[in-house]
Amino acid sequence: MLVSLAGLAASAVYRRRRERRRERVDLYADDGSMASIAEGTAEADGLLPLARALLSPGSLPSPAPAGAPAAAGD
Amino acid sequence: MDAAQALADLTEISSQVVNVAILEDGEVLATTFEDAGEASRFAEGVARLVAEADRVGEARGLLALAQLEAATLEGSVFVVRRGSRLIAATTRPDPTVGLVFYDLKHCLGSVEAPAAEQPAADASAEAEPGGKPGGAPRRRRTKADASG
Repeated sequence: MLVSLAGLAASAVYRRRRERRRERVDLYADDGSMASIAEGTAEADGLLPLARALLSPGSLPSPAPAGAPAAAGD
Repeated sequence: MDAAQALADLTEISSQVVNVAILEDGEVLATTFEDAGEASRFAEGVARLVAEADRVGEARGLLALAQLEAATLEGSVFVVRRGSRLIAATTRPDPTVGLVFYDLKHCLGSVEAPAAEQPAADASAEAEPGGKPGGAPRRRRTKADASG
């Protein structure tokens, strides 16, 4: 009985950790509503690379000069 | 409080924040980046992320995006926006989300406080509990703050 409970608890902890390690974007609105965008969706594919670039500032492209259009592909 | 002081306070109390910048209309008011070019690139990257998040948020029925967290395996990006001003920060992986948002909101709020409300310089003075939100010049964080 105890072993079963311990197994269930360990499984829950493992699943929770895996869940936390998933990449996602959480958007919060002024009115308190929220949307969670999980990796693997088209929306996340647009957002996550932008976030990754911010996490490694060296990989960020140089700012466009004034008046120039934004980088192609955005 | 000016933006640089607010940022200094933030980095002092928050060990989770790696890089942070306060922006207004895309202009950098204060940042932890020492290199101006890097700060500028960061600001532009944040603007792109927020623009894309606005687009996705609208598609999802969110009317006015106030804040976001983008969690990746390398770390998280947080953005809190109030009007034309926003604060963006990066953290290590698995941050305490509520605490980071609290710290960023508090930092942005302290920048927004009108200069006329700033008390005379008195480094030993502690902020009184129950003071105006966003107007407190300095406030020690407690565990209870994490719940907000």
